[in-house]
Amino acid sequence: MTKKQKNLLARVIIAGILMAVLAVLPLENYPVLRFLLFLVPYLTVGYDILRKAFKGILNRQVFDEHFLMGVATIGAMALGEYTEGVAVMWFYQIGELFQSYAVGKSRRNISELMDIRPDYANLLAEDGSTERVDPDDVEVGSTIVVNPGEKIPIDGVVTFGSSTLNTAALTGESLPRDVKAGDEVISGCVNMSGLLRIETTREFDESTASKILDLVENAGSRKSRSEQFITKFAKVYTPAVCYAALALAVIPPVVRLIIGLAPNFPDWIYRALTFLVISCPCAIVVSIPLSFFGGIGGASANGILIKGSNFMETLSEVAVAAFDKTGTITKGNFAVTGVHHAVMENEKLLELAALAESHSSHPISRSILAAYGKEPDAARVSGVREISGAGVVATVDGHEVAAGNLRLMNEVGVTAEECHSTGTIVHVAVDGTYAGHIVIADEIKKNAADAVRALKAAGVRKTVMLTGDKESVASAVAEQVGIDEFRAELLPADKVAAVEKLIEGCSGKDKVAFVGDGINDAPVLARADIGIAMGALGSDAAIEAADVVLMDDDPKKIAKAIRIAKKCIRIVYENIYFAIGVKLACLVLGALGIANMWLAIFADVGVMVLCVLNAVRCLSVRSL
Amino acid sequence: MKKTYKIDVDCANCANKMEEATKKTAGVKDASVNFMALKMKVEFEDGADVDAVMQEVVKNCKVVEDDCEIFL
Repeated sequence: MTKKQKNLLARVIIAGILMAVLAVLPLENYPVLRFLLFLVPYLTVGYDILRKAFKGILNRQVFDEHFLMGVATIGAMALGEYTEGVAVMWFYQIGELFQSYAVGKSRRNISELMDIRPDYANLLAEDGSTERVDPDDVEVGSTIVVNPGEKIPIDGVVTFGSSTLNTAALTGESLPRDVKAGDEVISGCVNMSGLLRIETTREFDESTASKILDLVENAGSRKSRSEQFITKFAKVYTPAVCYAALALAVIPPVVRLIIGLAPNFPDWIYRALTFLVISCPCAIVVSIPLSFFGGIGGASANGILIKGSNFMETLSEVAVAAFDKTGTITKGNFAVTGVHHAVMENEKLLELAALAESHSSHPISRSILAAYGKEPDAARVSGVREISGAGVVATVDGHEVAAGNLRLMNEVGVTAEECHSTGTIVHVAVDGTYAGHIVIADEIKKNAADAVRALKAAGVRKTVMLTGDKESVASAVAEQVGIDEFRAELLPADKVAAVEKLIEGCSGKDKVAFVGDGINDAPVLARADIGIAMGALGSDAAIEAADVVLMDDDPKKIAKAIRIAKKCIRIVYENIYFAIGVKLACLVLGALGIANMWLAIFADVGVMVLCVLNAVRCLSVRSL
Repeated sequence: MKKTYKIDVDCANCANKMEEATKKTAGVKDASVNFMALKMKVEFEDGADVDAVMQEVVKNCKVVEDDCEIFL
């Protein structure tokens, strides 16, 4: 508890004891003394509220909760209802205390869950000694030492040592990763076994851990529709209830006077005061950001970063899930499985293709380079032209080499041999004649089929695979994984169009999610109602482009993200309906004179406590 | 230009009021107060004097919620 909270707690306890004592003292015959005695617990527990209410009036900010509480309790005291007057203030403060404690506790829970913020870095000096410094002060290119058990504070490259890293804090799964000299490492991982020396490649602020924390902390700034609704609601609701209270205190007695009945002012004023107590909006207003904060925090502890409350809302409404194939459903670790119809030695064909593709970062190019096995000599390659969605044309050793799919072969005017193997076929033409093709196959992820089933179970009606790959490969993968539809041979721009079509086909609130690896599909991620990037550990592009980022590449996390969002949104709506429902019901009962001050206290503080407790449930998402 | 400030405020509704007040301040293009993270993100108009604008923002926030703090 903070100092402020302890102080308030002490005041609540003292006032509570005083109240209990006063309740049993026989003071009925001493009205003035009784009033003065009740004033003691009243002021003990509520003096700051009265002060704030007064300041609010001076600042022309009349309708805030302090004013409501001030007027309601002073009114109750004036009517001689001392116990009620003190009790309203007392319960209100208990509610405040509870709320502030719950919010503080969630804040701490989240920061514990997101325990990736490094506190220090061991900077290596030239004489070999290390100095513990603030990670903010480490310049790019410095060497830092990470001992076993310590967190890697800054992204960098290992220069010395080998070890196993625990990425659990980033991905939610404790899958150990082995690293050795030359490997890139990212901040936030815990060094488990050996001492590592790391040359930093980024500043602390630009490092993965800082970026992720920043993202999670700022997620609440993108407000959801329900939050915007509540803000607007609170703005209208409080003044409206205040005016209604005023009307209730004045109009019925006046009307009664006119028609010749006893006005019964105290009774109507009492009803009006219960109105004021009920009207305090804090219960709803606090529970909603608390729910989103808990949901977003709980998700990030599981390696799912949701970049805003608004995305949480969209995610809960996903009806159609479109996937990129490579890196999402398949591992994307293409391997060359064969070289067919080569007019030269297979190795020679591979060498030409590898050199032509040596500048490309596409997974297919990487796998050809991997099969080539040697470092490509950049001097032998010139005039590289990448043809998006088709392949590469380059000059290698003075020969024009075209490597790519059938479309590229048509473009360079070469008739290609059809291939009957499943996989991606890279056709190669040298100087305008066909030279053979390379077969590259990709593995389907182990739990891809489970992931698709889980999505269905989570309420996704249709799954669609969008791929630049051939029809035959796409249909084989789709069938194996259980995806409903697929669109094959798409260029990157076609994928955007395909997603647009899916969005058009959706009715009402249904939303289209696109899941990709975030490397080549940034425009599609941006165009979909919600873009989900997978396997983003260490990929800035993916973290930038997507609305939801899955830190590892487990496709089952997509369904998990949707389930978390659904739970969070359900809780948000439960709270909205419950709080507004109870308040409106109590307002009606209060106006009719059925609800007394005690019920009003429940409608205010009780509802708030229940809403906050409900909201805190958002945080527990591990078992979803 | 955008800047983020740490804030301190006790209730969620007060945070919303601070957001409103900040948005209405001259020189502020947009603002968002995140109650749970206790952070305020302010987007300034082009060419606005950030320090001067923030002084105004603090003043305006104090008016709507006396018990708030913005750490400049």
